[in-house]
Amino acid sequence: MALIEKVDGIVEMYGSNPGGLIAILQDIQDEYRYLDREAIIRVAHDLKLPVSQVYSVANFYNAFSLAPTGKHIVSVCLGTACYVKGAGLILDRLEREMEIKIGETTGDRLFTLQGVRCLGCCSIAPVITIDGEIYGEIKQERISKILESYK
Amino acid sequence: MSIEIKDLDKIKESGFKSLNPDSLRITVGMASCGLATGAQKVFDALVEAVKGSGLDARVVRVGCIGYCEKEPLVEVTGPELPRICYPDMTPERAGELVKSLAVGNYREDMALFRASKDNAAEPPGEVKDIVAFDELPYFKRQKRYVLDNAGVIDPENIEEYIARGGYSSIGKIFKEKISPEDVIETIKKSGLRGRGGAGFPTYRKWESARRAGGYPKYVICNADEGDPGAFMDRNILESDPHSVIEGMIIGGYAIGAGQGIVYIRHEYPLAVKRLGLALKQAREKGLLGRDIMGSGFDFDIGMSRGGGAFVCGESSALIASIEGKVGEPRPKFVHMAESGLWECPTVLNNVKTWASVTNIIRKGAESFSQIGTDKSKGTMIFALVGKIKNTGLVEVPMGIKLRDLIYEIGGGIQGDKKFKAVQTGGPSGGCVPEKLLDLPVDYEALTEAGSMMGSGGMIVMDEETCMVNIAKYFLNFTMEESCGKCTPCREGIKQMYEILDRITKGEGRPEDIETLETLGHIIKETSLCQLGGSAPNPVLTTLRYFKDEYMAHINEKKCPAGVCTALIEYSIDADNCTGCGLCLKNCPVNAISGEKKQTHTIDPAMCIKCGICRSVCPFEAVILK
Ligand SMILES: Cc1cc2nc3c(=O)[nH]c(=O)nc-3n(C[C@H](O)[C@H](O)[C@H](O)COP(=O)(O)O)c2cc1C
Ligand code: SF4
Ligand code: FES
Repeated sequence: MALIEKVDGIVEMYGSNPGGLIAILQDIQDEYRYLDREAIIRVAHDLKLPVSQVYSVANFYNAFSLAPTGKHIVSVCLGTACYVKGAGLILDRLEREMEIKIGETTGDRLFTLQGVRCLGCCSIAPVITIDGEIYGEIKQERISKILESYK
Repeated sequence: MSIEIKDLDKIKESGFKSLNPDSLRITVGMASCGLATGAQKVFDALVEAVKGSGLDARVVRVGCIGYCEKEPLVEVTGPELPRICYPDMTPERAGELVKSLAVGNYREDMALFRASKDNAAEPPGEVKDIVAFDELPYFKRQKRYVLDNAGVIDPENIEEYIARGGYSSIGKIFKEKISPEDVIETIKKSGLRGRGGAGFPTYRKWESARRAGGYPKYVICNADEGDPGAFMDRNILESDPHSVIEGMIIGGYAIGAGQGIVYIRHEYPLAVKRLGLALKQAREKGLLGRDIMGSGFDFDIGMSRGGGAFVCGESSALIASIEGKVGEPRPKFVHMAESGLWECPTVLNNVKTWASVTNIIRKGAESFSQIGTDKSKGTMIFALVGKIKNTGLVEVPMGIKLRDLIYEIGGGIQGDKKFKAVQTGGPSGGCVPEKLLDLPVDYEALTEAGSMMGSGGMIVMDEETCMVNIAKYFLNFTMEESCGKCTPCREGIKQMYEILDRITKGEGRPEDIETLETLGHIIKETSLCQLGGSAPNPVLTTLRYFKDEYMAHINEKKCPAGVCTALIEYSIDADNCTGCGLCLKNCPVNAISGEKKQTHTIDPAMCIKCGICRSVCPFEAVILK
């Protein structure tokens, strides 16, 4: 389905109500994994809001990404429990292996690296997830092999 | 189908049968924590094994009992059996267990504990040898008041909740025609204070909202759970969602609201799913909607998914977010109780507060007020994590000593290292040192120590945690999460962060300490909301209790805990090195050289201080200085 129709459908689901803006953007993000410029403009049009307002909401909340993400999303838990158990070193290693910084996507669009906060499995800290698959008690040494398996 | 109060008893019966069937009931702890450790595979293996074994058993998903360290957890119960819990399950162990059960062997050797249940029968001989639930150190000092159902009932089956007394609290209110004022009075008598952070007396908010004129009114559940190391609220929603729903119905009735909203983190997909399902089931049974249980009271609950911004846990920002706006706090000239969501009277409470309400109404104000200290009544739920042996979710009576919580329940420090500090209150809280371990868990006592009760995150740190680094961690968090509306928070936290960053890089100056203290106090006093107002706490408490560690970074350019990479150096101890080559093989930057069976050396110019060599060396030959 074309983007415009999809967006219109989602907006309608929330009764074209500006109070539903965040939920609308979440649904679009779930569908496309990021908020395309065109989608934002369409939401503003449908809700009769200024584009700048929709942009500022999309920008404010961490749940939204304004740039397309890579094929696989690698998330490092940077919650306190993981942090005291060395999540910082795990992040360093991921950044080195992927040759990108946190928040970025690799040149070949294969991986996006992001930080998340407490996945609720602190008993197996430190934790990373790749596309939702959880890797607990992660050690730096295991990282290259794990990444390799997604290539 | 709408039910009347009397119908509750019928549902109760069928729920009771589901909890206590004529055959075996095998449950698997399947909250996020269990699933992360492989509970789904265990579940599937159990179903498969039962099919093949001829065993008359039903495999059921439940929430989390809180002993995360031992997950995946499986429990077995039957007509003649107490609940028997088996830890650290794998698909293989699950298959083995089912095989044994099929021949009437309850595998005491594999069991973690036994727990009596509602229709307690005398357990068969060999089962008696399994340690009882309340004898196990992890549970012995706990007081399960709110977490009563967690890990016992199927959170996706409303009947099991009803069977354990669920919806009888609101049922009682309607049946005995208890007035809203009397409900508020019961909450007042119980002494309940908010479990989301500040500990404001719950009844006071309710009273103001009750008195406030106007309709509609709203009750909101704060399930934003912003503390980055905590999962109490999620676990309740994943394990016992109806206890929160019922609390909100009671609150709605008490203040005269027709609509409730749960503001829940988008990052909690399972909690969102289970809560959504619970709302649907409650609606189908007429426990939400029009004329609940024939009482004439109309009330429904919707969900609003948060966008993942810490500041949105703050009440006025949360409301802005529900209204679809950027989540910026507002100055609090007007009370929410008079003008909250859509400028209507609103009561906001935390997940645990709502779940406590349900239990207080069911069990009576006294059941709650008799637990705890003078000003902190009832129980508190903590996510006990970090360098502690028994990680998990614990519910303890207020007033318990931190020492007992950490050493008896938590089993002490991992690897028997030395305790250094325990952090409560998340990014708004502080670090409590060893000398204050006899402090009781109590709102006032923790605040006096410079920390706060917070919403239940409790992170234990050992000698290998650097307190300067951890202060920097929290400031980095609040710096990123500041909404930027007011200058002290936006600019001040950044300045403090930069100073800490310098100190951890060995570029600290003696005057930094004073600057940090001054900045911290200014930010605390002049920020618009409590994000800024409490952000300096992690720095101020570590300065208060761990000044030596700051001084070591500044004066000696040393990190005593061996964490700050700019201040540490790895080398190899020739006496212990056997030349096995493991470190060399694992070093990601080839900074290690040495012939086989010869002493190896690390080139400090190449070393990036990732510490792998030290963690892989079987002979403890890598020294960290
Ligand atoms: C920055 C900030 C973040 C907060 N985050 C949460 C949160 O995640 N969950 C919560 O229940 N309360 C949070 N609070 C506290 C709420 O503002 C509010 O006091 C609480 O939800 C009221 O409920 P209670 O009285 O039941 O504790 C936060 C406060 C601030 C200032
Ligand atoms: S204190 Fe910080 S988070 Fe709160 S309003 Fe000011 S800038 Fe925003
Ligand atoms: S802090 Fe990482 S899972 Fe909890």
